[in-house]
Amino acid sequence: MTPTLPNIVLAPVSGAVPAWRAEADAAHWRAACEHVAQAGGRLAALWASDERARGTGYRVCALLVVHEGLVCLELRVPQDAPVYPDLAALFPAAGRMQRAAFDLVGVRALRPEGDVPDPRPWLRHGAWPEDAFPLRRDFEAAGTFPTELDRYRFVKVEGEGVHEIPVGPVHAGTIEPGHFRFSIVGEKLLRLEERLGYKHKGIEKRFTALSLEDGARLAGRISGDSTVAYAWAYAMALEGITGAQPSARALGLRALLLERERVANHLGDLGYLGNDCALAFGFAQFWRMKEDLLRANQALFGHRYLMDRIVPGGVRCDVDAAGAKRLVGEALRLKDELRAMRSIYYNHAGLQDRCITTGRLTPRNAARLGVVGLAARASGHAMDARAHPGFAPYDRFSPKVASHRNGDVAARIVVRFEEAFESLRLQRVILEQLADGPRQVPLGAAPEGAFGLGWVEGWRGEVIVALEAGADGRTRRCHPHDPSWQNWPALEHAVIGNIVPDFPLINKSFNLSYSGQDL
Amino acid sequence: MTTTTGIAFQLLQSLFVVLIAPLLMGWVNRCRAWLQNRRAPSLLLPYYAMAKLFHKDAVIARDASPLFRLTPYVLFGCMWLAAGIVPVLATALPFAPAADVIALVGVFALARVFSALAAMDIGTSFGGLGARREMLIGFLAEPAMLMTLFTAAFISGSTQLTTIVNTLAHRAFEVHPSLLFAAVAFLMVLLAENARIPIDNPTTHLELTMVHEAMILEYSARHLALIEWAVAIKLFAYMTLGIALFLPWGIAAAGDWAALPLAVVALGVKLALAGAGLALLESLLAKLRLFLAPEFLSAAFLLAVLGMLMHFLVRG
Repeated sequence: MTPTLPNIVLAPVSGAVPAWRAEADAAHWRAACEHVAQAGGRLAALWASDERARGTGYRVCALLVVHEGLVCLELRVPQDAPVYPDLAALFPAAGRMQRAAFDLVGVRALRPEGDVPDPRPWLRHGAWPEDAFPLRRDFEAAGTFPTELDRYRFVKVEGEGVHEIPVGPVHAGTIEPGHFRFSIVGEKLLRLEERLGYKHKGIEKRFTALSLEDGARLAGRISGDSTVAYAWAYAMALEGITGAQPSARALGLRALLLERERVANHLGDLGYLGNDCALAFGFAQFWRMKEDLLRANQALFGHRYLMDRIVPGGVRCDVDAAGAKRLVGEALRLKDELRAMRSIYYNHAGLQDRCITTGRLTPRNAARLGVVGLAARASGHAMDARAHPGFAPYDRFSPKVASHRNGDVAARIVVRFEEAFESLRLQRVILEQLADGPRQVPLGAAPEGAFGLGWVEGWRGEVIVALEAGADGRTRRCHPHDPSWQNWPALEHAVIGNIVPDFPLINKSFNLSYSGQDL
Repeated sequence: MTTTTGIAFQLLQSLFVVLIAPLLMGWVNRCRAWLQNRRAPSLLLPYYAMAKLFHKDAVIARDASPLFRLTPYVLFGCMWLAAGIVPVLATALPFAPAADVIALVGVFALARVFSALAAMDIGTSFGGLGARREMLIGFLAEPAMLMTLFTAAFISGSTQLTTIVNTLAHRAFEVHPSLLFAAVAFLMVLLAENARIPIDNPTTHLELTMVHEAMILEYSARHLALIEWAVAIKLFAYMTLGIALFLPWGIAAAGDWAALPLAVVALGVKLALAGAGLALLESLLAKLRLFLAPEFLSAAFLLAVLGMLMHFLVRG
């Protein structure tokens, strides 16, 4: 059923997920977004592109999630006045996306009063000048610039006894770079401000230099822990463009790989969460379980993290009867081990004391900030793209959506356990119902200007790929969107009022991607 | 007791403690690894790590004052002195009369003050954070420690460690309920003072959660090696103090060279058990929220006071 938006005529986007798109002028664009916001919809992604070669200036796309599916609203932004209406007042998550859109394409969001909501750069750290915009088509990707000093203005908290702790981007552990600026009184956190973008590597620019098929490999490298989700989302978008329909077997195998990625990450996170409470026993056990799973991945699918196993048109791996038996056996064994670990974690007074009420993201704040994925489910919002709208093959398996109302670290632990159990069950069901069919089908032609969307529920949350074909099978524009865009700002809220030494635990309970949002 | 024998004992014990302390650390780490189903590192790893650090060039912050350079030596000296006061193998220690249990707590406090000052000296936020937390823990741990020691002092009628241990070790077996309370309190103080779980996590890499490690983040090379060594000696001193007070049997009496081999064996067995026990405790417990540390140490203080009251109530 086509969603209805005031003064907007939606055209369907062909593909595996229900999606529509429309072009609108600034007033209608903003009004339609407001309508969606008031109706309980949310902003999934926002990006800009350079369309001057077509004579239409720039373009800003707002991808909205409504009850029926995805709606991509496109706005033409004139070349001589590259400004568009600000959406951050409707969707707080838009703030950073708008700043990134300015850094990359040079289009500014303006509030009705005519000012810029937050003029600070987001992805630009002085690696290119203020008046250069890497995603404009006349920007030379190989060019170099003199580096500037990055003078980022953090928000100052003032008052008696308030002081700042800067942490990162270089950390003591082997983790991705990000800067956290804490304003504290004693041990109490008054405010956290994140500064990300240290891992910006020009992925969106790189896509435009690749063919549509080669882009699949790049998509799988956007965030290594979600390589399956990204590869699938990209394949989904490209299959929508070319009209290819992967076989039921290929789809089943994709779901199998996605669930294995989910279990592997949940195991790793549960181990780390124990470790951050100094319960090294949990760390050792969960990481042994994860390692066994990764080794089985290597043995059966040829890659520990399943990179490049999903390709446009299908998959590049298969499971024979012996392999299926091994996987079912592994799933059953993991279920038992996970049960034992769950009872240890749930009954460990010290661990529970550290986690309960720590880093609480209230359901209200989660809704207001547009939080997605695991973090949203742990804060009372049972959203999961596998269940609703449900994309093939999940529509046949009716996956159970785990959720919890408390929104604290303990709730995110519970959701991880429940999802891991459900994921192991799904793996068995998928293997039982694995149909016969070709691993890969030919893609067919990609008409120039054709648009496709991929929407996959990765372990962290929804991974979205918006893809537009260029001439001769090239990529005109590809915007991959990580759930971390929505959830990083939520972390800033979840830590307020907690104590400094609990921050690493809260941060780990979200475990957001740096690479996925820095692009 | 001739003076020369006494001095020989004293020197022997001091040297023994300094050389053997990292081995205890290695043993605790080994037990922890076993309890976590991990392959254990070598017993000698702490020695290798220190040897490596001694061969490196020290990096010192531009703004560091001489205090920052001096502190590792002060720490090492304090811990060595503390280990010289605690009767480890024998109760005949000529240095011991110079300092009683109160002075011993003072020596630990001196080390604490220096490490906190050095942490704040270079002005990084982590140093200040660690120093603040260390003082919070320290000012609660010290009274609990003193109360524990006083309980033992009341039983033996002296605050001299050698006298206390002599009294407790070389007389008819007697059950002291007060000592039982004191022993539990002492164990809790030992965990807090040595930056062990549940108060601090010696293996963490998370800067924001650190207490002791946050204070020494800026140290490198020989300075870091000396601090690590001092940490090992401190743990050794605490453990041997606990053993001397609560399980003193087997310790050599004044000038008794013949009892020394037995004392060494007894100490080795006791330390091995204590190290394994510490590792077990650390594997079972999660780290407490920082603001529960005061409650933990208040409980230790309460137990120590109960122990002392028990002494007067039941005369034992």
